[in-house]
Amino acid sequence: MGNPIFQPSHFTAVVLFALFASTVFGVTMREKPRDMIRYGLYCFVLFVAAAIALSWLMYLIAR
Amino acid sequence: MATEENKTISTQSGSQEGFVYLPLIAGWLVPGGGHFLLRKWGRGTILAVAILGMFVLGLAMQGKVYANAHDILDILCMAGDLGIGLPYVICRMLGLGDVQVQVTIADWGSRFIVVAGLLNIIAAVDAHNLRTGRKS
Repeated sequence: MGNPIFQPSHFTAVVLFALFASTVFGVTMREKPRDMIRYGLYCFVLFVAAAIALSWLMYLIAR
Repeated sequence: MATEENKTISTQSGSQEGFVYLPLIAGWLVPGGGHFLLRKWGRGTILAVAILGMFVLGLAMQGKVYANAHDILDILCMAGDLGIGLPYVICRMLGLGDVQVQVTIADWGSRFIVVAGLLNIIAAVDAHNLRTGRKS
């Protein structure tokens, strides 16, 4: 078994995860295209912001 | 007035004709399939790209496709994996994702695959809601 074909950093993985999940949330949770985009962006920002905040929290707890 | 009422009634009854669970099943088997069936090409394409993209990146990160469950967490992960539908079956047939997680990024990959399955279930339910007229 070799190395993975795709080896993103942890932050890139978080951003990709947030991008895909918020895209699906935006399309499925709202009806109008404008609302879909706004809700998708809102979810994306929350995902990334929560990941950064929790990362700092874990860093401070580990010290 | 009467004509408008008739039109509304015929539209409502028209949305209930046929097998209403077909978009749900199609959406589960093929990501975005339920939306394609309802001729929602744009939404279907976006959902298919997002869900399949996440699934393929998960495989590219050497994520594990859960085939048998030993404990409760494995059962939950396998349930999530099954949500992706036919791509799960194809991966099992080709032996993709049949790996032991040994590096951190592979753990990320496993989570990508599980979440892609869960997102596909959300998309399939959305197609069902469109079919029943609960959503427009």
